[in-house]
Order: sequence, then C-alpha cells, then structure tokens
Amino acid sequence: MTAMSTVPWLTILGLIPLVGALVVAFVPGSAENAKRMAIGFSLVTLVVGIIAATQFDRASTKQFQLGEQHPWIPQFGVSYSLGVDGIALVLILMALVLTPICLLAAWHDVPEEVGPRGGQRVKTYFALILVLETFMVGVFAATDVFLFYVFFEAMLIPVYFLIGRFGGPRRQYAAMKFLLFSLAGGLIMLVAVIALYLQGPGGTDGFLIERLTGLSLDPTTERLLFVGFFFAFAVKAPMVPFHTWLPDAATESSPATATLLVGVLDKVGTFGMIRFCLQLFPEASTWATPVVVALAVLSVIYGALLAIGQTDMMRLVSYTSVSHFGFIVLGIFAFTNVGQGGSTLYMVNHGFSTAALFLFAAMLVRRRGSKRIPDFGGWQRITPALAGIFLVAGLSGLALPGLSSFVSEFLVLVGSFPTQPVAAVIATTGIILAALYILLMYKRVMTGPKPEGLVGEREHDRLDESGRRGLTAVRDLTTREKLVAAPLIAAFVVLGFLPNLALNVINPAVDKTLSHVQQAIPTLNPAGTVAEGSSK
Amino acid sequence: MTAVAPLALPTLPAAFQQSNVDYLAILPLLIVFGTALIGVLVEAFASRERRHAIQVTLAVVGLLAAAAAIILAAKHQGLTMGLTDGSTNRQLFALAVDGPALFMQATILLLGVLGVLTMAERFGGVGPDAFTPSGASTPGSATETAAARAGALTSEVFPLTMFAIFGMMLFPTTNDLIGMFVALEVLSLPLYILSGLARRRRLLSQEASLKYFLLGAFSSAFFLFGTALLYGYAGSVYFGDLSKAIASGPLAMNGLLLPGAFLVFVGLLFKVGAVPFHAWTPDVYQGAPTPVTGFMAACTKAAAFGAILRLAYVGLDTGRWEWTNALVLVALLTMVVGSVLSVTQTDMKRLLAYSSIAHAGFILVGVLAFDRKGVGAVLFYLVAYGFSTIAAFAIVSLVRQNGAEATHLSQWAGLGKRYPVVAGAFAFLMLAFAGIPLTSGFVSKFGVFSAAIGTGGATGTVLAVVGVLCSAITVFVYARVIVLMFFSDAPDDAVEVVIPSVSTTFSIAIGTLATLALGVLPSALLDLADRASQFVR
Repeated sequence: MTAMSTVPWLTILGLIPLVGALVVAFVPGSAENAKRMAIGFSLVTLVVGIIAATQFDRASTKQFQLGEQHPWIPQFGVSYSLGVDGIALVLILMALVLTPICLLAAWHDVPEEVGPRGGQRVKTYFALILVLETFMVGVFAATDVFLFYVFFEAMLIPVYFLIGRFGGPRRQYAAMKFLLFSLAGGLIMLVAVIALYLQGPGGTDGFLIERLTGLSLDPTTERLLFVGFFFAFAVKAPMVPFHTWLPDAATESSPATATLLVGVLDKVGTFGMIRFCLQLFPEASTWATPVVVALAVLSVIYGALLAIGQTDMMRLVSYTSVSHFGFIVLGIFAFTNVGQGGSTLYMVNHGFSTAALFLFAAMLVRRRGSKRIPDFGGWQRITPALAGIFLVAGLSGLALPGLSSFVSEFLVLVGSFPTQPVAAVIATTGIILAALYILLMYKRVMTGPKPEGLVGEREHDRLDESGRRGLTAVRDLTTREKLVAAPLIAAFVVLGFLPNLALNVINPAVDKTLSHVQQAIPTLNPAGTVAEGSSK
Repeated sequence: MTAVAPLALPTLPAAFQQSNVDYLAILPLLIVFGTALIGVLVEAFASRERRHAIQVTLAVVGLLAAAAAIILAAKHQGLTMGLTDGSTNRQLFALAVDGPALFMQATILLLGVLGVLTMAERFGGVGPDAFTPSGASTPGSATETAAARAGALTSEVFPLTMFAIFGMMLFPTTNDLIGMFVALEVLSLPLYILSGLARRRRLLSQEASLKYFLLGAFSSAFFLFGTALLYGYAGSVYFGDLSKAIASGPLAMNGLLLPGAFLVFVGLLFKVGAVPFHAWTPDVYQGAPTPVTGFMAACTKAAAFGAILRLAYVGLDTGRWEWTNALVLVALLTMVVGSVLSVTQTDMKRLLAYSSIAHAGFILVGVLAFDRKGVGAVLFYLVAYGFSTIAAFAIVSLVRQNGAEATHLSQWAGLGKRYPVVAGAFAFLMLAFAGIPLTSGFVSKFGVFSAAIGTGGATGTVLAVVGVLCSAITVFVYARVIVLMFFSDAPDDAVEVVIPSVSTTFSIAIGTLATLALGVLPSALLDLADRASQFVR
C-alpha cells in the first residue's frame, strides 16, 4: 500500500528546518544574520520539497508514496513510517510555501533588545517557526497513527511558546486556552488511538494506517473510536462549538504565528477527518454524517455572522476561517469525489487566502498602530498599493470567480448537493455573508474621507515644509512587503485559472479514500450521480 | 463460627536444615550495606576536612559497584536465602531475586547516584549545603550557632542515604511479609532523619520529619497488623504459601484475609503517597531538604511500587477479586485528588508533591492491568519518572533568593528570560510530567494506559479515561509554571540561579537527557523492562 522511496525525501524535508532552527538559535552572530539564515533554510526546504514532489507518481496504484518505514517502538507496535498521498503532498507544499513568506513577513515582529544577548529573542522566534515547520511536515507525512499523534501533540509546544512569548497583551491567556483546548482534544484521541491498536492486528507494526484500514469493527466500538478522533479534529479545525480558542489565539499571536496556526495547523483537523475518520471508521463516519454536516453548516453561518460583527481586524479574519472550515467539513462529509476533492483544494486555497488576509491586515495594523476597524478609513488614498493587495486578498476570501477559492467553494457546493441538498443550499448563503463581511471591512478601512493627520509618502514628498506641518507620512508597500504579497497573489491567480495543477494530484487520493468507505458501505455512490439511499 | 474447620497449618521442618544462600545473587545488596557500614566508620575516624570528599566518593563508588554487580546477579536469578522443605516441598525463601527485583534494584542504584550527587552540593561551603550542621539542636538556639561557627558538618547524611538505599533495594526483593516489613523500616528510618535536617526553614523541616515519622510509624503498624491477620489466615508469611492458601482456603475465613490484605496494602500505599494515605506527602516534600525530597520522590516510589507489584502479583494474586475494587478506587482517587489539588498550589515543592501523588495514581493504573505488559510499563514509568523528578528537584534547589531557596511560584516569574538554559531544562521536565510526546513522560503514560485498556477490561478503560482527563488537568498546572517562567516579567527583587558544582550539574544533565532519550528512543529500556517483568514464585 506504500510505495517505498530510495531517498528518504520526507525525513530530509523534516530535518532541514530542524537543523536550521538549531543553527538559527545557537550560532552566535547578529539577529539580522539569523533571520537571513532562517529564510535560507526555509527556501532550501521548499526547493527540496518541490524536487520531492516531482518524484510523486500521480498514476500510482499505491495509496502512499515517497515512503519510509523503520521500527521505532516495536513494543508498542509503533513504526517511524512516512509517506504521502496527493492530499498530504499538496498540504505539505502549501506549508513549505507559507513558511518563508511568514518568516519574511515577521521580519520586524520582534524588536531587538539592547544588550549583549538582545538578539536572542529574535533568534528564538525564528527558530521556533522553523521547528514548527518540521512538525508540520511530520504530521501530514505520518502514515503511522501513533507517529501522527506524536507530531499532532508535539506541534502544540512551539505554537504555545510562539503565542505566549511573542504575542499581544492577552497572550498568556490565549496561549493557555489554545494549549488546554488542543490537549483536551488530543488526550481524548489518545484513548481512541490505544483502543484502535488493540482492535487491530497488533504486532510490532500494528499502528500503521494500512494495517488499521478495513478492520471489521463492532459498530459500537467503531462509533466510539470515531468520536474520540473526531472530537480532537473538530477542536483543531475548529468547528462550532469548539472554536472559541481560535479568535483569542489568532488575535493575540503575532501575524506570522496566526497565519501558520490558522493556515496550516488547523488543516490538520480537516486532514485528520479524511485520513483517519473516513478511512479507518467508514461506517461510523456515515453514521455521524447528519450531526457533522449540521455542525459544518452551523460553522459556515455562525462564523460568517460573527465575522460581520467584529471590530477587530484579526478577530474578523479568524471568524471568517471558522466559516470556511465549515465548508471544508461539509465537502468532506458529502462523501462524493467532487466534494472531497473540492474540500482538499479548499484547504490549500484557504491557507493562502488566510495568509494574505492576516499578513496584509498586519501591514495596516503596523502602520496605524491599532487593530480596530473604526480606527481606519480612507486608507486607499494614502496607501493605494496596500489597499490593492488587501482588496485582492479580500476577494479571494469571498471566492470571486477567477481567484482560486472560487473553484474550491464551487466544487464543495456542487459535490455536496447530490447527497446533502439542504445543507448545500443553506451553506450557499454563506457566500453572500462572506461578501458582506469582506466588503464591509474593506469599505470601513479603505474608503471614505482621507484620514486626518496622515498623508501618503508620494504626496508628502511633493508638499513643501509648511504643507507638511502636522502631517505624518505613511509608507506604502516596502520591497519586503511586496515580496510577501507577490507569491500569495500569484497563487490565487494560478490556482484560480489552473486548478487542475492541484486537482490532478488530489483526486486520485480522494478516490482511494472514498473507495475505502465504499468497501464498507456498498450503497455509497461517490460519483454523486444518484443520491438515493446514500449516506443514510 | 465453630463449624468452620481450621486450615491445616503447614508443619515446620522436623530437623534443622541449613538455608541456601546464593551470595552472587545478593551481592548488590551486600555491597550497598557494606558501604553504608564503612561510611559510619569514616564518620567516626576521618578528619573533618576530608570527610565530605571521602563520604561522597565512597557512596558513589559503592552504588556504582553494586550496579555493576547487578549484571552478575542477573545470572543467578531465583529464590534464595532459605530452603525447600523436603517433606512438603514448600519453598521457604526470604528473597526472590528475579527480573522485577533486579530491575528495581538497578533503578534505585542509578537514581541513588544522582541523588547522592545532588546532596553533595556544597556551593563553596565545607559541608553539604542543604543540611544543617547540627540537626539535634533547637532552631535558632545558641547550640546551633556554636555548631555552625565551629564548622560542624553533616556528612552522616551519606551513610544514612546508603542505609535507606539498602532498604529500598531489599523492599521489592523480599519474598515474605516479615522481610518486607523489615525492609520497610530499614528504608524509612533514615528518611525520617534526613527529612529533618534542612539547613534553612528548620522548623518546617523538623515538623516534616515528625509528621513523616508519626504517620510512617502508624502505617507500619497497619502493615504489621495486616501481616498478623494474613498469618492467621494462611499459617505462613511466605508469599508462595499465602497464594496457595488463598486458592484453596474456605470462603468463611475471608474475615481474616480481607482485612489482612487491605491493611498490608495500606502500609505500602502510604509509602507511594496514594490517596487517602497521602496527607504527609506535601508537608514532607516541602519541609525536607530539597535534594532529599528528590531522592525520596524517585527512589522510595520505585521501591514501594516494586513491593506492591510483588504483593499484588505473587502474594495475593489468587485473591485478586477480593481486593481489586478497593485498589481501583484508590487509583481513581489518587489521580483525581493529586491532579486537582496541584492546581491550587503556590509552592513549587508542594506542587511537585501533588504531581507525584497524581503520578502514583497513573502508576497504579499500570499495576491494575494484571498482566506482564502492565509490569513492564510500571517498571519503565518508575525509571522515567525517577530521572525527571531528581533533575526537577535539583533545579528547584538552585533557584534562590538571598541564599535561601525561592520555592514560592511567584518568585519564579521571568526566570526564563534571565536564565534560559536552566528554565528551559525545567520547562522540558514539566512537559515530561505533563506527558507531552517526545518526552519520557508520554511513553510512560502510554505504556500504563495501553496496558490498562488492553488487559484491564472495562475497569481498565475507565481508569485510562480518568487518567487521561487528569493528565489534561495537570497540563494546566505545568503550563502555568512555564507561563510564569517564560511569559511573565521578572519582579524587581528577582531570584537568582546559583551556579552549581559539577556534581549537581551532572545530575540535572543526566536527568534531563534521560527524559529526552527515553522519550525519543524508548525501545531499548522498554525491551529490558519487558524481559524483566516475570516474577519467580
């Protein structure tokens, strides 16, 4: 089921950032140097990741490729086993692209302190992001349930430190809330992980996903195990009503942390639903579908409504994510190829569009010194370029045709309609709400009369001494910020017009996952042509 | 009552028979005991200037030699110190040198080395820094001042520790109730003294000592009374006889068996600090000199759980259904009370004390799996927890304000910003206690919980679920410590971290590295624990 690879690509991918983190944290030198090295390491990782992706064979009949497998703790049945299918591959690539962008965006997040060890804080910050990259690769690449759990939990620690040490005023509260919510979910999953092993064939490699797929479990056991896993993923994703940690964590952490947290880490939740809930517990997944779909629709609508009401820009963006995650979960539990393929593409697109929203909003916040939307207004007159990219990010968030998120949202809705028509119809209103929260935010921040006391840089240069009095110049995009924005916007457009670049990799993996479900539930019809009798 | 026929009491051997002793099997015990005796002589005859160095070297060499001797003893496993009665073929052996016993002995020896090294810390003074120069004097009295001025030092802590270690090694090795009682006393008495010897906050220390002694004496009495009842039931104190007697004994005699088994367990559960026999733990952990606390927390727990395992798996195994429910209740209470009460603690040592209570509960979950896997998991847990806890207490002893240990939580605020390495190590140990993956704490918890779910049936699953929930509670506690150290700002009268000598640094480094190594690559030790999990009968 796993195609082994002669070169341990995935281990290398994980090791480069880890080595980078050690170098960045402990090699003496200026903080500037450390930042450059951090970017360097993340770029090398990206290049290696792309090379590894070229080794991926779309037509392969094996579920996982680029595989590696070594015994790790044979007494517990644990292997160090890595491998990717199309879903994991695109998510890993997304994480690898986002990391250097976030590092670049985080350039001035942490002020250098005075003193001989003043640069250490900056170095720690960049090193922690690199450590996080290692875990992000590991969690998507793990093909052993125990190993996945290890990465799933270990990942919390760097994020906990990133929020708690480098966040805003309420960072202690936010960090603790994040940790407790995630760990509570994770520990429930731990019991299910142990119980799952005992249901499986056991032995020294009994935790491998392939050994645990297709077990004929007793229905009650299977449902309990499903709930154990799903709870952890629902907290992570986050779905209403387990979402309350996200706005706090995302608002209080630095923009780069928030991006990785919402853009990549939360995807582990929806990824886990596909990889573990659906593949390992197909019967229980269809059993739970009504509740899950209801929660998903609730997330779509409730998240959007809350987003409309926010006055804090970062909080607004995090609530839009709650809404988007509702779409993703809906697509997954539609049990159609189209819906699930759309959901996976949605995960990738959402990663980029959330990154854009968080990072571009942070550029505004840095200039204004406030996150409150009412503190802005008329900013397109002083920072036209920033307003432009902010609009593109917003349009991507509301799924404008031509930009990538449109494709995925469309696929999710089309894919859900055959099996979940009511839910799909209700969720569609989420698109209208999305237009509301994005455009209202843009209107309040960017349009309107020119802000008092501020002036654009160009105009400032044109004014003479007396004209400048009482005016503060605001810089438009710097080169560094343009470098942050360019790849993100490119991703929107490219994936918007050529979604098949990703879909061709994703779809075979989705087909394989759904074929596991179909083996257990023969009445299921993933092609979605006849809705009768399915997913009941 | 009169209708019940008395059990046929086994008759004693008719003629005197010499007992068989395999000296190689008990060599580690002999070495430690011998070193302790030499230590007493050194105390009497060596000059004051050299006494400290001699005692520390002697103790460490003795412990390492004994650890090496374990390898020899491992080839001579079996029952020893006794005889096989020719007529009835009964095994009357006082000691059982088997896998679990030797594994526990090795654990106690290695942890003992680290414990002795932290106790040896002098911070540039003449004697061990943590210990008062004159333990018998009234705190603050003229005698005490005179003793301190005269340069008196408390190097007798090292022979005392060696006696305690001897008792600890004996505890899981004994094969009968009387031997177990003797070992219990041998390990306890030196600890009562050591707890009262703290140099600073001496009233607290003496209170701890007295409390520990009184409650300890009480629990010993329980143990002894239970032994008497069990002797009345089985007519023998040997575990083998006990097990056979329960298997064949009439139900009507349960009036002796049940209270007997329960009282014996009380004596042992007291030593591990299980709820409701835990009341001494926070006070003693707080009052005792910090290096002693670390040593006690790690080694006493290992020894006492070794003894509990033997009692539960060898002595009273056949009567399991009689006492399991009580023990399940104790395990549940221990986990819940330990983790919930640790939330409210404001003193670092008390926090670690409640954490050790919660850990005792988790280990009990492994004991209640009633399976070889459970034994292996418990053995692993004790090693992992021991290394982490000794290192943690060693770090606590370094954080000081005006020369005295700063154990109040608020004093630790901002420590991570000024002492990133020490605070980083402590944070790592906290994560291990919390059971985060890639630390030994996670592997330990996984081991006991999976054993419980695997073979403990529905009860085991309930225990594991409660254990997991309690872990979540304790995460809050440990995360709060990390928040304090790393995310808070230091107060103006900030504490300092004293630069320790090589010996303490070594203990902390080994403890922390072992915590990491057992988390990342646990399979070698798991394998060893698994192979050592078979008891001889």
